[in-house]
Amino acid sequence: MSKGVAITGMGVISAIGNNVSENYTSLIEGKKGISKISKIDTIHKNAIMVGEIDFTNEALEEKLGLPADNNYSRTALLGVVAAKQAIKNAGITDINKYKTGLISSTSVGGMDKTEQYYYEYLDDVTHRKYIESHHAGDSTQKIAKQLGLEQSLVTTISTACSSAANAIMLGARLIKSGELDRVIVGGKDCLSKFTINGFKTLMILSDTYNSPFDENRKGLNLGEAAAFLVLESDKVVKAENKKVLAYVKGYGNANDAFHQTASSENGDGATLAMEQALKVAGLKPSEIDYINAHGTATGNNDLSEGRAIQRVFGNDVPDFSSTKAYTGHTLAAAGAIEAVYAVLALQNNVIYPNLNFKTQMKEFDITPQTILKEKELQTVLSNSLGFGGNCSTVIFSKGQ
Amino acid sequence: MEKVYVNSVGSISAQKTFDNTQFLEEIISHNETVLPVVNPNYKDYIPPAAARRMAKGIKMGVVASKLALEEAGLENVDAIITGTGMGCVRDSEKFVSAIIDNDEQYLTPTSFIQSTHNTVGGQIALGIKCKGYNFTYVHASNSFESSLLDAKLMLNCDEATNILIGGVDEIGEQTTKFHRLVNHVKATPIISSSELIESNTEGAIFSEGANFFVLGNHKIESSYAEVVGVKIYNTLNSSVSELAQQFLVENDLSVNDIDALVLGNNGDITFDTYYNELSNGMFLKTQQVYYKHLCGEFNTASSFGFWLASKVLKSQYLPEVAKLNKINPSSFKIALLYNQYRGENHSFTLLRKC
Repeated sequence: MSKGVAITGMGVISAIGNNVSENYTSLIEGKKGISKISKIDTIHKNAIMVGEIDFTNEALEEKLGLPADNNYSRTALLGVVAAKQAIKNAGITDINKYKTGLISSTSVGGMDKTEQYYYEYLDDVTHRKYIESHHAGDSTQKIAKQLGLEQSLVTTISTACSSAANAIMLGARLIKSGELDRVIVGGKDCLSKFTINGFKTLMILSDTYNSPFDENRKGLNLGEAAAFLVLESDKVVKAENKKVLAYVKGYGNANDAFHQTASSENGDGATLAMEQALKVAGLKPSEIDYINAHGTATGNNDLSEGRAIQRVFGNDVPDFSSTKAYTGHTLAAAGAIEAVYAVLALQNNVIYPNLNFKTQMKEFDITPQTILKEKELQTVLSNSLGFGGNCSTVIFSKGQ
Repeated sequence: MEKVYVNSVGSISAQKTFDNTQFLEEIISHNETVLPVVNPNYKDYIPPAAARRMAKGIKMGVVASKLALEEAGLENVDAIITGTGMGCVRDSEKFVSAIIDNDEQYLTPTSFIQSTHNTVGGQIALGIKCKGYNFTYVHASNSFESSLLDAKLMLNCDEATNILIGGVDEIGEQTTKFHRLVNHVKATPIISSSELIESNTEGAIFSEGANFFVLGNHKIESSYAEVVGVKIYNTLNSSVSELAQQFLVENDLSVNDIDALVLGNNGDITFDTYYNELSNGMFLKTQQVYYKHLCGEFNTASSFGFWLASKVLKSQYLPEVAKLNKINPSSFKIALLYNQYRGENHSFTLLRKC
C-alpha cells in the first residue's frame, strides 16, 4: 500500500504548445490557440473555430521516426509525443524496472482514418492498414510499444469528456492499493469530421472564441490534444530519490443519471464527484485554493457546473477559471491537459485567467478569475464532466 | 481485504442464455461466419418506444444488466463498470456514412450520441437512476477484464458493496466487411460449429453479445463463484505457460488445483497457438473448456467465458459441447480462464466455487 500518489513527470501537446513549457508560457501570457480549422476539409470551416495542433501527421511521424508503412492514427501520434515527454520528464530510463502500467483514454480513437478511407477500404488495398487502428485501444497499445512497456497492465477508458480524469483516478487507485508501483496516465484525442459534425448536430459549437461562464456564451470550440502524467508510489519516489511535482490527493466519480448528453440543472453528478474527491483527499471545501473548472462554454455545462460549485463551496467559492478558451474542448484529453495545468499552477503559484469573459451570468453571482493571479497554492481541484452523465473530479496538492 | 463474489449473471449471446434457469440445454449450431444472437423479448424489459430508439448494444446491455440485477435481488448498485471494444458500432457506421454521403449535411444527433463508447453504461445508470461510479473500458479483448479488475479493486478495499459489471459489443455490418478484407473473419462458414478448433484456417467467426454480472463482497443465495484474481497484459515477453505458472503461484495454487481451464480459442490457426501451448503442455491433464464456437468472437467474448465458468462452478456441471478434452473431474472447485485476441491483450482470471 502506498499512502501518496506522486506525480513525477508530465508531457503535453495542445493548440497552445508542443510541450509543457510552451503550454505554460501561453497560459500565463493569455495566448489562445483557437483559430479557423486548417487540417480538415470540412464544410463547417467558416462556421466554427477549433484548437488545432500545428504539426501535420507527416511531421509527427517524422518527429517520432516512424516507418512509412506505419498505421498510426493522429490520436496515436499525439499520444506518443506526450507520453514520451512525460517519461523523459520523470527521468525514467528503464520502464520495466518497476511494476508499471499505462492507463490511457480516448473518445475518437482512430476515427480520423476511418472517416477518410471508409469507402476506399473496400476496393483499394492501399490504406487497409488503418482498419486495425480504428478501435479505441489501438492508440494505447501503440503508446505502450513506443515506451517499451511490455507484459504490463495496459488499458483504455472512454467516458467521453471525463475520460482522462478517470484514467488519473484509476492510476491513483492502482498505486494506493499496491497493485502497481508506477502508472502512466492520460488521454488523447485528435480532431475529426466525426466529432465536429457530432457536436454540430447537438448545436453546441460556437462560431467564435468560446467564453466560459459568460452570460452570452455561444458554445464550445473543439480542440485536439494529448497529455500524460507519471504517477509513482512512495516506494519508487524514495528508491529513486525522485523530485515530486505534485500529488494526486483525491478523486471522485459519479453519474448524473439525468440525460444521455445534458447535465442536470443543479449539477447533481458534479456535486457528488467534488464531494467524493474532497472526502478521499480528507480536505474541507475551504482548503481548496483554486478550481480548474470543466467550463466548456456551453449554456448547459457552465450553468450546471456553476451551481454544483456553489452547492459544494457555499458562499466561500475559491478562485476558479476554465482554460477551455485557450485550448478548446479536447474531449478525452481534457482531464489530462488540465491536470498538467493544475500541477503547473501549484508549482508556480498562479491562477490562469478565464479568457473571453465579459458578462456576469444572471443565474448566479460567482465570477471566474479573469486576470492572471499570483497566489500561494496548496491545492487545485479539477473538474471533468461528460456525456452519459459522467462527472469526475481530481484534487492535486503540493504536499502529500 | 474483502472477498469478491459473482452474485448473479445475465447473458445474451448466440446461444439461448438469457434464461438463468437453463444452462446450454439446447445448442444452436450456426452455419455462418457471423453469428446472430438469440434475442430475448426486449419489450418485456424496455418500453417499446424506448426500445425502438435504442442501439442493439444498449438493448442487449440494458436487458442483460436487468437480468443480473433481478437475480441478485437488487434494484440499484454502488457502481456500474462496462467493457466494450467498439461501443455501439452500428451508430458509428451510420454517422460516418451519413457524413460522407450527405457531405456533412442533414445530420441528426441520435447516432452520434449512441456512438459514444460509454452510452451503454450511461443508459444503464439512467434506467436505474444510479448516481454512483460509472466507468467504461474500451481496450480490445481486455475491455471486460479491465472492468473486472476495477470492480475487484473497489470491492476488495470495501469502497463498494455491489457493482454491476459487464461486457457488451454489437456487430456492425461495415466493420465486419472491413475485418473480412484483412482476413480477421473466416472466409467460409464452419459446417458444424464444434469444428471451429480444427478449421486450420485464418480468422475467427464473429458475433456479438452482452454478459453482465453483479459482483459483491458478500456471498448471497444466488452466488456463483468467488473471484480470486485477474491479471491483464498488453503483450507477452515470456511464454504463456510461464505467465500462467506465475499467476497460479501468486494465488498459492498449482496446476493440480485447477479443475477447469477455460480457453478463448477462436479457431484462428495463427493465434490459437497461445491456447495450444497451455492445453498441450502444463494443463494436458486438466479438464479444458472452450466456448467461442458457441458465442463467436468479439472484443468482449471473454465475458461469455466468465459466464460459462461461473455457471459450471455453481451447477457443478460442464456441458459436453464445451469440453475440449475428456478428463471429467469429480467436482469443479477452481477454474482458470485465459484469453487473448490476435496475440495481444492477454488475460488470466481465477474463479473458485463458493
